[in-house]
Amino acid sequence: MAEIQIKEDAVLDARGLLCPMPIVKTAKAIKELEPGQVLKLVATDRGSVADVPAWAESTGNELLEWHEEGQDFIFFVRKGDGS
Amino acid sequence: MVEMQRVSNQVDEREDVPAALTEEDVRRILRSELEHAATRDAGTKTATFIASKGTLDWAYPPLILATTAAASGMETSIFFTFYGLNIIHKDFERLLKVSPLGNPAMPMPVPMPNFVLGLPGMGPVATKMMKAKFHRKNVATITDLLGSARELGVRLIACQMTMDVFGYEPEDFLDGVEFAGAAAFLAEARRAHVTLFV
Repeated sequence: MAEIQIKEDAVLDARGLLCPMPIVKTAKAIKELEPGQVLKLVATDRGSVADVPAWAESTGNELLEWHEEGQDFIFFVRKGDGS
Repeated sequence: MVEMQRVSNQVDEREDVPAALTEEDVRRILRSELEHAATRDAGTKTATFIASKGTLDWAYPPLILATTAAASGMETSIFFTFYGLNIIHKDFERLLKVSPLGNPAMPMPVPMPNFVLGLPGMGPVATKMMKAKFHRKNVATITDLLGSARELGVRLIACQMTMDVFGYEPEDFLDGVEFAGAAAFLAEARRAHVTLFV
């Protein structure tokens, strides 16, 4: 896999949390950012692989990239103009 | 001459059609129109749920969906009716229980015949077991979910009719709970694309 360098502006550790908490906390964390800023979300909930892209699409935020690191799922979400 | 003209027009039209609008153009226009319609339509940003069950396990689905809807930018409300009123009762911690009776889908540590599950004490045991399991798996508690719901601006609405039937007073419910009837739910539901009865 190509090395991808994304600089995040905030990190949300949602490890150990199950649905719906990773999404609820992500929404809260994104609210505190400015449009264009990037949130790094670290989750262990396997459902987040489907939920984070779906949430990003329906809220107008952009999922830049996601990957697995051991047990963790790591997402980079750029805040859109809308939310 | 007239005949010729018509023939030539037909040819022109046939040639014009692909040049003017390809299938890809149509798809693109349709997609952008749909996207526009979705942003204009308030219904895509409104969700309303009915919570009708008053057990610990069934308190989860409406709260999980409502908090997620609100976290997804939807204007969200939950109508609590009949046994669902338990979920927003001030004493919900005590009221919300699990019954293993008549629920063959409930995972049990050892297989048990249904009549055994009806014996005194089995309900509290099942409730304790489920709470312990949720805690071990780090599932949010009902308290957590109600807190998130309120933080996210989910409207919690108690059904006035069932309150009257069961003898509940407004002060029996959590702070911030609203009170309304079927017409209020329908007024909300008719402009919401997401309406679910749980």
